[in-house]
Amino acid sequence: MGRQPDGPPPPPTVQKLRIRYAKRGRLRFASHRDLARTLERALRRAGVPMAFSAGFSPHPKISYLGAAPTGAASEAEYCEIGVSVRCDPEAVRAGLDASLPEELAILECVEAGEGTGSLADRIDTSVWRVELPGLSVDELRPALEEFLARDVVTVAKRTKNGLKDIDARPSVASASAGEGAGCAILHMVVRQGTPAVRPDDVLAALAAVADLHPPLPPRAVREAQGRLDDTGTVADPLGPDRAARLLREHAAI
Amino acid sequence: MTAELRASAGESLYPRLEPLLAQIQKPIQYVGGELNSQVKPWEDAAVHWALMYPDAYEVGLPNQGLMILYEVLNERPDALAERTYSVWPDLAALMRENGVPQFTVDGHRSVKDFDLLGVSFATELGYTNLLEALDLAGVPIHAVDRDESHPVVVAGGHAAFNPEPVADFVDCAVLGDGEQVVGDITDVVKAWKAQGRPGGRVELLARLARVEGVYVPGFYAVTYGADGAIAEVLRLRDDVPAKVAKRTVMDLDEWPYPKTPIVPLAESVHERMSVEIFRGCTRGCRFCQAGMITRPVRERTITGIGSMVEQGLKATGYEEVGLLSLSSADHSEIGQLAKELADRYEDSKVSLSLPSTRVDAFNVTLANELSRNGRRSGLTFAPEGGSERIRRVINKTVSKEDLVRTVTTAYANGWTQVKLYFMCGLPTETDEDVLEIAELAVEVIRAGREASGRKDIRCTVSIGGFVPKPHTPFQWASQASAETIDHRLRVLRQAINADRRIGRSIGLRYHDGKPGVIEGLLSRGDRRVGRVIERVWREGGRFDGWSEHFSFDRWTQAAAEELAPYGVDLDWYTTRERTEHEILPWDHLDSGLDKEWLWEDWQEALSEEEVADCRWTPCYDCGVCPTMGTEIQIGPTGRSLLPLTVV
Repeated sequence: MGRQPDGPPPPPTVQKLRIRYAKRGRLRFASHRDLARTLERALRRAGVPMAFSAGFSPHPKISYLGAAPTGAASEAEYCEIGVSVRCDPEAVRAGLDASLPEELAILECVEAGEGTGSLADRIDTSVWRVELPGLSVDELRPALEEFLARDVVTVAKRTKNGLKDIDARPSVASASAGEGAGCAILHMVVRQGTPAVRPDDVLAALAAVADLHPPLPPRAVREAQGRLDDTGTVADPLGPDRAARLLREHAAI
Repeated sequence: MTAELRASAGESLYPRLEPLLAQIQKPIQYVGGELNSQVKPWEDAAVHWALMYPDAYEVGLPNQGLMILYEVLNERPDALAERTYSVWPDLAALMRENGVPQFTVDGHRSVKDFDLLGVSFATELGYTNLLEALDLAGVPIHAVDRDESHPVVVAGGHAAFNPEPVADFVDCAVLGDGEQVVGDITDVVKAWKAQGRPGGRVELLARLARVEGVYVPGFYAVTYGADGAIAEVLRLRDDVPAKVAKRTVMDLDEWPYPKTPIVPLAESVHERMSVEIFRGCTRGCRFCQAGMITRPVRERTITGIGSMVEQGLKATGYEEVGLLSLSSADHSEIGQLAKELADRYEDSKVSLSLPSTRVDAFNVTLANELSRNGRRSGLTFAPEGGSERIRRVINKTVSKEDLVRTVTTAYANGWTQVKLYFMCGLPTETDEDVLEIAELAVEVIRAGREASGRKDIRCTVSIGGFVPKPHTPFQWASQASAETIDHRLRVLRQAINADRRIGRSIGLRYHDGKPGVIEGLLSRGDRRVGRVIERVWREGGRFDGWSEHFSFDRWTQAAAEELAPYGVDLDWYTTRERTEHEILPWDHLDSGLDKEWLWEDWQEALSEEEVADCRWTPCYDCGVCPTMGTEIQIGPTGRSLLPLTVV
């Protein structure tokens, strides 16, 4: 029999907090692992009373939801943390935000509403904005129209097991072309799933169907995540938690 | 590039770098923005330092020396310091293609814009990376080709105690502790610039050569005799010192750096915070250059360490603290320190560790204390030599019985994995000395299984080839050839695998002997070796510390061809034993060690005589304290760590 940790098991989770954060600027080059390490250290610096798993190497209770790819910026990354002492969500947001590098921002922190279900169930779609420097909207639009007119667009995707052919078309729920300063902008709503279709895959699809090759590396920003409804809108995944809080406050009065 | 077209000094290259980052591996290592990093306005500083660790970011970032100097310099209102690391070949190729020069990760400023480029050499295998960085920076690789528009290239770190192989490429080398000398250098550069750069670059270098601890190789000429050895080292100016003495910082409590260690976003080789608990070591291990050149021992006090740990954790959010030094269990207050730190952090998730441990039962007690409530997985000991005889030669004496007893105690205390570090190719070594490692490992596993009652304990033997280093008693020794090392590793492996029932609990980790031969050439080389380094770099050599990038053939061929005109070769630098009065390339660089004492210690090594530690026994006249005007600074102070107040 090996050694067991002495003393009582760690205190349980008394509150779950759901966090929306952004990675911007240079830190878009951070990978999911880089972000996780950074966030965990920031939680320590901010003194957030994290709940821990039991055993010899206790881990803070954090779960991450589908991270944006390395190189993509995001205004809508989500994670959920468990704390061992009840906290004011806004104080956690401010404390954590202050403990992070400038280009990582904690945008929202809300208490998980009881009985509202899991956060993962509220996210199945990403809203992307992809800047294409050196490309005009007139070049982008016809390529995009060609893509949207197809039923199947096969592209090769790099996976752990080498190149694999995937169909990039069905995941793209909607897309449009816009114009920015010195660049065309590709707006799109993309369903999450397996295999994941990322902005790079859609750009590869545009190259495949219309020979569109942006002269400079594109810059992708995930603007939102949530559940896609029948009307084509993406719902705020923290909405039900906010509603639950309002109900609670109302009941208290 | 014409002056008109050149971007203004200190301007960020990031907009030009960013498109390249999308096309390479691990871009995060090049973007900066780490916690506790800083970017000061260019114009606010009179003196600009680029600090380089000549290896990949993941290796260079945790380097304590660089982090200390970064903070010390940035605390000065008139100075600015930024960091730069070696870029991997994928980015280097894109940078050349797109005309993006070597940059700092803080402000993404061109290294060429800085007044000084300080390069920290922990190992000689970084030399080709220096040339690559200079070339990428647009700085001529030869010091003689540089003008006032180029940074002054300053080498530091342990390898700078023999900078002769890179003498053609660096402008200065700094010997010893850097905390104070960087300030002195800053003052000199600041005054020279303020005066309108009188006398140009030569005058600046002459002024720097008069700063204690600064060696300017260009002001010395080396001639060679018919036998290939150095005939004479000549001073070319009489206002530079005949012998350059190292710098020593006394009272480490006055220098509690780094106060706010940089926390990378990218993964690095050390995912923890380090606190240096003392500097220097007088154990007298004869192979150990670090122990020889960093004398005397200077301890931080228990209270000084306690506040560095606390402030550092607050500033970083790290969950592990390493108590760093050359032999941490030797700190005069280590028992109390370990207990009180363990008490203090018992309820938090902070873990404490002691790297580099001597084989000593006390170390098991310490490790138990530090892992009070944590997992006990691996414990590392460094006997270094396989047999008692060879351990007397290297002056790291421990009897076989004590060794087995100590390791067994570790298993009995719940440690399941013990790692044992050894060297191979030590002076006077025979196959039998190395084969004793196998006997030892077998005995350790047998006794450990019995003491712990478990079958799943493991012992990992980690073994590397010994490289004789300057400023040590082994500086005269013949280095074992790659063939000898490889042969001994082979017989050791066979011996360990002879009994599978025990052998399966023993792991063997080793590197082949080839990189050690090149390290040996660079360690004890003279200025002629510079041509080999340059040739290797021109043929694509870089990241020589990485086995996937290191090419032994490229090095041996370059050495054969570049050294032939001088009538010397690779063996002459490595396997040749030196005689007592040969002028060694580093004799004019003073680590404080008396060369006669070193020779005596070498003779005593050959007759297997031990030397005791001068912290606890009388001075044995190594020469350092009187030459350098320093003294041993150790406790105990009698103080203790106060409980932390709850915030």
